[in-house]
Amino acid sequence: MKLPIYLDYSATTPVDPRVAAKMIPYLTEQFGNPASRSHSFGWVADEAVENARAQVAALVNADPKEIVWTSGATESNNLAIKGAAHFYAGTKGKHIITVKTEHKAVLDTCRDLEREGFEVTYLDVQENGLIDLQVLAAALRPDTVLVSVMFVNNEIGVIQPIAEIGELCRSKGIIFHVDAAQATGKVDIDLVALKVDLMSFSAHKTYGPKGIGALYVRRKPRVRLEAQMHGGGHERGFRSGTLATHQIVGMGEAYAIAKAEMAEENQRIGALRDRLLQGIQDLPATYVNGDLDHRVPHNLNISFAYVEGESMMMALPDLAVSSGSACTSASLEPSYVLRALGRNDELAHSSIRFTLGRFTTEEEIDYAIAQLHQKIGKLREMSPLWEMVQEGVDLNTVQWAAH
Amino acid sequence: MFLPAYLDHNATTPLDPAVRKAMLPWFGKRFGNPSSRHEYGRAARVAVDAARQQVAVAVGAHPTEIIFVSSGSEANNLFLKGVAACHRPGFLAVSAIEHPSVLRPAEQLAKQGWSLHKVAVDANGVVDAADFAETLLDMPQMISIMLANNETGVIQEIETLASAAKTANACFHTDAVQALGRLPLGFRALNAAGVCAMTVSGHKVYGPQGAAALVVDKRMGLQPLIAGGGQERELRSGTENVAAIVGFGMACELAAQRLNETPQRLQALRDHLEAGLLALGATIFAQAAKRLPNTSFFALPEIDGETLVGKLDRAGFAVASGSACSSVHPGPSHVLLAMQVAPEMALGAVRVSLGMANTQDQIERFLAALQEISVSLKRMSAVTI
Repeated sequence: MKLPIYLDYSATTPVDPRVAAKMIPYLTEQFGNPASRSHSFGWVADEAVENARAQVAALVNADPKEIVWTSGATESNNLAIKGAAHFYAGTKGKHIITVKTEHKAVLDTCRDLEREGFEVTYLDVQENGLIDLQVLAAALRPDTVLVSVMFVNNEIGVIQPIAEIGELCRSKGIIFHVDAAQATGKVDIDLVALKVDLMSFSAHKTYGPKGIGALYVRRKPRVRLEAQMHGGGHERGFRSGTLATHQIVGMGEAYAIAKAEMAEENQRIGALRDRLLQGIQDLPATYVNGDLDHRVPHNLNISFAYVEGESMMMALPDLAVSSGSACTSASLEPSYVLRALGRNDELAHSSIRFTLGRFTTEEEIDYAIAQLHQKIGKLREMSPLWEMVQEGVDLNTVQWAAH
Repeated sequence: MFLPAYLDHNATTPLDPAVRKAMLPWFGKRFGNPSSRHEYGRAARVAVDAARQQVAVAVGAHPTEIIFVSSGSEANNLFLKGVAACHRPGFLAVSAIEHPSVLRPAEQLAKQGWSLHKVAVDANGVVDAADFAETLLDMPQMISIMLANNETGVIQEIETLASAAKTANACFHTDAVQALGRLPLGFRALNAAGVCAMTVSGHKVYGPQGAAALVVDKRMGLQPLIAGGGQERELRSGTENVAAIVGFGMACELAAQRLNETPQRLQALRDHLEAGLLALGATIFAQAAKRLPNTSFFALPEIDGETLVGKLDRAGFAVASGSACSSVHPGPSHVLLAMQVAPEMALGAVRVSLGMANTQDQIERFLAALQEISVSLKRMSAVTI
């Protein structure tokens, strides 16, 4: 067993060795630029790109023509939201609806649009992390141009009711964007059934390489976008720039593997996640963040009350976990996602996100359980708050002296 | 096995085996997200920073001046739109021969209220000094002029142009994608002359596709193109493409090491090629200008470029009839049209761009094939008439 144990699959996943094997030829003799139309090096690369496009489309039941390559889900989110907002602002209006628990790539993009004169409604979520459809319905306005809701939350793993939101948006003629970076390979996605107009994908959360993602752009009914990167007219004008063939091939293969194996894999990973939850359930004052039923099988987000988050991370060097999403964990702010669930700062600070994956073993989970018992217990022994709680003091009634 | 001779290095280059070797661990056990604080993440962060250092050394910049992006096109878009976002719409100048990833965003800005001037070039593809001087009188806020052209290989006097532009107090950018590894490149000196930003890319210097950089003077106002996550000093969000960045760093280091040797060797090959081309009656575009050592852009009389590259491909030679990016849209090259080349002549243009693995023998065989093809094409056209 290799230490530290990697339980941070929502931050990034290793490239599956089968994916890496498919990529190697495009890092060796098949090095052509897929935009080169005048020789076989280019044609070979172009064929590989189109094959991968079909593989990505197949996982989500889309037409390959609806898949636009980008550098990752962050770019996809920017392209979808800014691209649609700019294109439709003149005809539909300048009101956008999203959710407080979205990824920064969605939230920051919406903030940019606010500076440009758009109005954005940030919906609250319920205590379980799910949005209330009635709250969404009430927020819709005649000038609402776009709704953006993530499929699966990166911190707590809850699955939003995308099908229902899609019905609602379509009935009002509102463009619906879904950030599915955390969803591929974990939940079934059928874009023929779902009334979703734009969907963002990432490769590196699904055992593909970093630096590549895609945006699904619906053709029927047709959705238009203003391109964010202009140039050679690649990707039918949606996104210019030389395509990184090896990365695209990797994403295609990663999605093909996900399609073939996800049913079985999710069962196995779900069982491991349940084992982890069972194993730490006897730790007192421990809370699961987010709904346990509407949740991807590989995620467990737990708050260990009365333990300070930073010292908890320091005390667990053998576990590669996250105390927030990887993208924001450089800041010491408590997770805005957990705050949106109504958790107080202390509980938000004392949370750990465990995300399991394809290479997680039972042995690793058992080791993690043992570590948590040992280290959380020790940290609480040192915590004056914990001591007070043990003595029956209600911390909410304590008058703290100001420094 | 028969391997075609690859003579299209301005479109993309093969990956250097040493670069591949540096990248592979990042598709294996070193897979962390640089933003993660655990061991896997920290290792990735260290690798990204090391690559940033390598790129900075190769281009004569400070590591904090390097913004990693996904492609040269993205870097060009980031400069134009990112600087424009810091200004009220005003006046913008780019040369008429820029890459589409400069021209199209500039035209996009023109739709948003900017007034755009495309600076003329002379018959040799060199920026026209008089037109440039006149442009400066209008006090442009942004200027973008490429260091070396992807089609003709013509090198502009960027330091001179940037110095002159200081009077206008413009943000001066240069697309140096084709110059990296082929010419000594020093951002410090360019910056002293007045260049605020420069684009470089990995896959033109035997690095991977998927990593490039905008090198910036940090005093320049710049807004990000891609928001959310705050990577690259808030100027380019999105999980870093660690493997490609590592490869880009290694490729830059190798390119700098080879600068004393490879360009001279390629120039000798190119000159040999051009002597042969002239003997076949070819017109070589911008031959009188200072050019990249590896690039030759030419036309054979009365032979269509598309037809010629098709025949050459079947004969085992990979060349381009224009830049790879614009070959999606066939039509005469905008670079040649800007040089006042007649459209019929421009449609005959073929680009050969040499790289490290090319040999004298390949050039001889290429010339022989070209002669054979041109004779057969002329005979065909004679018959159809």
